[in-house]
Amino acid sequence: MFFQLFWTYLKIGTFTLGGGYAMLPLIQREVVDRRGWIDEEEFLNMIALAQAAPGLIAVNSAIFIGWRIGGWRGVCGAVLGAVLPSFLIILAIAMVFSEWKELPAVEAAFKGIRPAVVALIAAPLVKMAKSALKIKNSKLKIQNYLPLLVSLAAALLIWLGGVNPVWVILATIVITLCSIYLSLYHSSK
Amino acid sequence: MLYLSLFISFFKIGLFGFGGGLAILSLIQMEVEQHGWMSRQEFVDIVAVSQVTPGPIGINCATYVGYTVGGFWGSLLATFAIVLPSLMIMLSICKAYFWLGKRFRGNPYFEETLRMLRFTVLGLIASAALLLMKPETFIDAYSWVIFGAVCFFTVLPQIHKNKVTEFLSHPILLIVLAGAAGFLIYR
Repeated sequence: MFFQLFWTYLKIGTFTLGGGYAMLPLIQREVVDRRGWIDEEEFLNMIALAQAAPGLIAVNSAIFIGWRIGGWRGVCGAVLGAVLPSFLIILAIAMVFSEWKELPAVEAAFKGIRPAVVALIAAPLVKMAKSALKIKNSKLKIQNYLPLLVSLAAALLIWLGGVNPVWVILATIVITLCSIYLSLYHSSK
Repeated sequence: MLYLSLFISFFKIGLFGFGGGLAILSLIQMEVEQHGWMSRQEFVDIVAVSQVTPGPIGINCATYVGYTVGGFWGSLLATFAIVLPSLMIMLSICKAYFWLGKRFRGNPYFEETLRMLRFTVLGLIASAALLLMKPETFIDAYSWVIFGAVCFFTVLPQIHKNKVTEFLSHPILLIVLAGAAGFLIYR
């Protein structure tokens, strides 16, 4: 089981470009369709849990499926398989790149790449905001957009206030839990 | 001492990294800046490499930052430290899940906290982008043209979805094109 899970995740980790979300359909094809280790519904539950837990989604999903299928050995196999290709490829690049970096052509290319990287961080926000707000048709009601004030406050605290994102995340969790507790307490009275 | 702070930083990143790779970048960036491990330029270059190589962006970025800070052992330690909190939390969730069944869904505390975290994560990602918009990365007007073009092609499938716009919005293609543009402009 260790080797089967290791091999499956190694394949997925080596051949997916574009991060954790791009891995999910491949994981589904291997684990649900081809091997039949878990069914469709459990896979969807797995995604919900992997996204809810902190950490990387690809790694979280490897832990869940590894545990579900092979216990401790399964977890070790799946996580090693998911992490090892990234680790080795980056290690190789890092060793070579530190020497190439001085070349004028590489430096010129990276001058063009840097603003593109910032754009690739910023631009997906549109899609993410839409899915977080659950906007289906173009209803323009102000109150539907109110939660974005939380995003704005978080961005300003970190950007201008220099607050560590860890505190912003902790504050979100504490404030949300307290406000739900209070509203449930009020409605029960 | 260096290895210890590397371990603590990446353990913290793994523990509070909600919302996937892009949100985790903002946490990595904050740790890197607070420790003065590298320049902003170097960090952006690492993010670029992480986006065009296979595997989860968070692992790629952790390995690379770890290597830059502490060589081979640094990269091994950073990668291990970012995965460790996931292992601890996800395994307890797995045990609770098989024990509780699906009762955790529909629980107002669970659902509402997750919903609010999604909005905080949007802010985190926005701040990561804003913090990187500095003279070191945006050196002249061409930088803003490249930035605008990449934003445009990334958002385009939202406005008009077809095979061509989907293809043009691929991040790896956009990074390669931006690199080619940089080579032509600045060489």
